[in-house]
Amino acid sequence: MNLDFSFLTWEVLRSYVGSGLIFSFQLTLIAMVGGIALGTVLALMRLSGKKWLEVPATIYVDTLRSIPLVMVIMWFFLIIPFLIGQPIGAEVSAIITFTLFEAAYYSEIMRAGIQSVPKGQVYAGYAMGMNYRQTTQLVVLPQAFRNMLPVLLTQTIILFQDTSLVYAIGAYDLLKGFETVGRNFNRPVEMYLLAAAVYFAICFSLSYLVRRLQQKIQIIR
Amino acid sequence: MADIGLDIFCRDTIDRELVANCLKSASGDTTYLHWLLQGWGTAIALALLALVVAMATGVLMGILRTTPHKGLVLLGDAWTELFRNIPLIVQLFLWYFVMPEIVPPLKALPGFVLAFVGLGLFTSSRISEQVKAGINSLPRGQRYAGLAVGFTLPQTYRYVLMPMAFRIVIPPLTSESMNIVKNSSVAFAVSISELTMFARQAGEETSQPVLMFLAVTVLYFISAFAINRVMKRIEIRVRVPGMIGGK
Repeated sequence: MNLDFSFLTWEVLRSYVGSGLIFSFQLTLIAMVGGIALGTVLALMRLSGKKWLEVPATIYVDTLRSIPLVMVIMWFFLIIPFLIGQPIGAEVSAIITFTLFEAAYYSEIMRAGIQSVPKGQVYAGYAMGMNYRQTTQLVVLPQAFRNMLPVLLTQTIILFQDTSLVYAIGAYDLLKGFETVGRNFNRPVEMYLLAAAVYFAICFSLSYLVRRLQQKIQIIR
Repeated sequence: MADIGLDIFCRDTIDRELVANCLKSASGDTTYLHWLLQGWGTAIALALLALVVAMATGVLMGILRTTPHKGLVLLGDAWTELFRNIPLIVQLFLWYFVMPEIVPPLKALPGFVLAFVGLGLFTSSRISEQVKAGINSLPRGQRYAGLAVGFTLPQTYRYVLMPMAFRIVIPPLTSESMNIVKNSSVAFAVSISELTMFARQAGEETSQPVLMFLAVTVLYFISAFAINRVMKRIEIRVRVPGMIGGK
């Protein structure tokens, strides 16, 4: 077999793959920010000690964590138009799905992070006259966040890989971009190889950066 | 019952006629229930075979990464990074579309085999991480003790390190085993007729996607839960007396 990349020009890559790459990054960033925010709220609910907050949060997290992501993507794509009463595009659906789905995973990380903060820190906060909100916001969460930063970022790399599953609803992401070029120029083998190489390069360098960060944080503590 | 359309599961997949006996069709009619259960069987088989591939290669690579030999460590590291940093769906495309072009004999294999090998090798990178962490969590003295009493390196692994390391990694391996069931859903992308594929096709054919999705989601729940129970059983059976969580 012989590989032939000669048809690939900068112009082809930019017009087909560029927009897909941008969407994959967009999806990752929005789902990360939204997921961590919602995940933190879910973690606080589960650790609140109040049944009416704990139970719904636990059900939410456990349910989403036990369904395959592909099914979740398909479920949301099916259901969201019903809920809002109008059809939405695959891209918007993917953004909503990933934010809500990743929140379940980020919440488990934040829960571990919050639990890793020594109890004395909370007592110290209260002793200073702070209320629950202030103690959580100013004392507990900043430390939990910093302790868990490498894990949160590792989860984000997994999230970036998982964005390729929007294939299930046909959203135009990085993978779809490569696939479209492969189909248009009848060179699928080359394009799948190139897609794998690009994903590998992005994920490998990101995980290398996370490892560096982890070492840095370890020295500070 | 007919109102919410549950009887669709007893209907023939071609002419949509109601089949008298849902499960046992005399005339060879295939009902949606049949198809659903076949998809479930395929998904479970896919997951279990992938688990075997993943365990075999993942444990081996994890062990290699803890040996004193630089070359073997490099091999294990490279393996793990390669299979960890490419999304599963892209890896499945590589196995399905690219590998048969590079290695022509693979063309003779059914897609199912390529899918479970791909899913297995993807998961092997995660198992290799867990196994490496498990072995490294043992006190260093254990390895030295094994070597000091005259064991060769393989013997030290077999009789001293692995028996303990295995028990340590069972909980993370449990969650990997459940992940493999969930990840088997990605095989729809290479046209394996498993549960997710059923949900997509039957949902479209019958115009009752909610019902089909529900059935499939419940079956995924049950499968993951069953694997969880089996692994818990194994965990309890192999506990070491005197350790935390032991008898």
